[in-house]
Amino acid sequence: MSTMMILMTVFSTTLVYAAPLIFTAIGGAFSEHSGIINVGLEGIMIVGAFSATVFNLAFGKVFGGLTPWLALIIGGVIGLIFTLLHAVATITLRANHIISGTVLNLLAPALCVFLTRIFYHGHGQTPIIDESIGNFSFPGLDKIPFLGAIFFTKTSLVAYVAVLIGVISWFGLYKTNIGLRLRSVGENPAAADTLGINVSWYRYLGVMISGLLGGIGGAVMSQSITLNFSVSTISGQGFMALAAMIFGKWHPLGATGAAIFFGLAQSLPIISGYIPGLKNINDVWFQVAPYVITIVILVIFLGKAVAPAADGINYIKNRA
Amino acid sequence: MIKQRYSGLAVALCAILAGLIVGSIVMLAFGYSPVQNYINLFDGAFGDIYSIGETLRNATPLMLTGLGFSIASKAGFFNIGGSGQYLVAWFGSIVFALQFKELPGWLLIIGAIVVGSLLGGIWSWIAGVLRAYCGTSEVITTIMLNYIALYFVNFAVKNWLAAKGADSSANIVQKASLRTPWLEKLTNNSTFNWGFVIALILIILTWLYMTKTKSGFEIQAVGLNPQASKYAGINAKKTIMIAMLLSGVLAGLAGSVDGLGNYQNISVSNSLPNIGFDGMAVALLANEHPIGIIFAAILFSGLQVGGLSISVYSTTPTEIVDIVIASIIFFVGIRYLFERLITPLLAQRGVKN
Repeated sequence: MSTMMILMTVFSTTLVYAAPLIFTAIGGAFSEHSGIINVGLEGIMIVGAFSATVFNLAFGKVFGGLTPWLALIIGGVIGLIFTLLHAVATITLRANHIISGTVLNLLAPALCVFLTRIFYHGHGQTPIIDESIGNFSFPGLDKIPFLGAIFFTKTSLVAYVAVLIGVISWFGLYKTNIGLRLRSVGENPAAADTLGINVSWYRYLGVMISGLLGGIGGAVMSQSITLNFSVSTISGQGFMALAAMIFGKWHPLGATGAAIFFGLAQSLPIISGYIPGLKNINDVWFQVAPYVITIVILVIFLGKAVAPAADGINYIKNRA
Repeated sequence: MIKQRYSGLAVALCAILAGLIVGSIVMLAFGYSPVQNYINLFDGAFGDIYSIGETLRNATPLMLTGLGFSIASKAGFFNIGGSGQYLVAWFGSIVFALQFKELPGWLLIIGAIVVGSLLGGIWSWIAGVLRAYCGTSEVITTIMLNYIALYFVNFAVKNWLAAKGADSSANIVQKASLRTPWLEKLTNNSTFNWGFVIALILIILTWLYMTKTKSGFEIQAVGLNPQASKYAGINAKKTIMIAMLLSGVLAGLAGSVDGLGNYQNISVSNSLPNIGFDGMAVALLANEHPIGIIFAAILFSGLQVGGLSISVYSTTPTEIVDIVIASIIFFVGIRYLFERLITPLLAQRGVKN
């Protein structure tokens, strides 16, 4: 395999595996900036992956090639609705955020496999979807010599969308009024309240965005990687996204970067077979490497976590 | 205010009831009979001595991982790594039992359990050290350590323990097993074994440690108020590491006991075992009280074991019990709602302080 081919493969595989993590990690950042810890990202992804698959199987004939993209939106919407459980529990009913997030993680696989068995004749997994998200070449851009072949030929369009969402989220969170208010209720809810900012509403907003993006992240997983839904469709990606968000210091672009790094790490065991010199190394080292590297980087470069000040603390109006 | 203990129990009972009701609603919505299914479930979990044996055996690792989660949580840390700690301990115990099979039975069992649970402890201690000295979030490190454990154990089982092309290690020798003919006979050939007794002893020891020793008190103090405990002269770094170590030892013990008592070997697993998260659910329902953990573990274990017979006698998917478990924890989480409802009731009846 030529160097060119290797670079192309590494880059596109990285993006394919990074895309679900990027969406979900950015979602997590929104929730935590509003002050609600969301350890339920794994559960949200499961719900997104499931609902997208059901939609795809039901409407694949109707919408044709557009189906998986619509399925992403469906996954996001259902993810958002599912996450309302977390929002109501933590914001309105003052539940502990970790407990409530854990409930999402416990409930999602139970509910989705339960429904899978009911919808698909008792089977624990759905059939394979007909219409999936394949690779994409940017017309025009793929003609650029060298770079075009690596970055814009047969690559993952959805990952580019994810990066774009990362940029939009950065702008939204740091450059707009709504973003400033959302962050203020996560830093100092009492002060925000005195300024007339509706703390509950902005916290609901943050959590709902995390549901939307987490649902899309899960849907990307089932629409472009596993191509069906089973209990193992989402196996730890939600936790990886959580880690990517912390790794990226709660910043949308940081989270995006960290998610791409995890994508690269996840693709290594798959592509190592093609790369001379890496061929003889046992897979286990590639599988373990991303996790070890994450810990090492966190220890060396990041040190103390820099979560929003009121992250995880319920705001009780007359007590603050 | 009413006593904390009183309200904890009341909240747990309300949550269990509410969870069962949610399960009924879901079953009704899809045309299944909740009454018949709950009868089958109860029968499958506690109906005869064999079922009781299975339920108690399945409750054993839940008790231990729940206890482990609660110790870290009492110190203010979120040990999400129970699954990884369970896995490395299971692996360590099986390796020891296979390597030293010439040892006398009692020594073999003790050695295997000690090696396994220490491995689990070290796995969690790593996160404690990084938290104490580098401030690294234990949430991330325990998640990462979970996956490192999964891939490493899979690799080791496949390459070192299993025969070529196989996915499981050999079985351990009979004398290393926690099962005994006596207990098997008592429970009509169930997989009930000494593990349950070990877990009960550990619960009592942990309870004594947390309430009667200086070190246990320090763990609780750091969890309740890190600032105040620092001024009181408590070494926070040491306390963090002890709490995480003990937490991992207990989660590890769950793996050792399951390996030696239930599985008798170790296989390659496709994903992380759920046990760490189930243990979390147990600890949360029990409000992290050691005695509560026994009952919460038996309840969830009964749901899991009984859930299997739901799908034997009807077409209802087994996953319904997981929906019930998740709902119960949801209601535990929104305890504020119950407390609002229960407190006035108790006040009316004249329960004070």
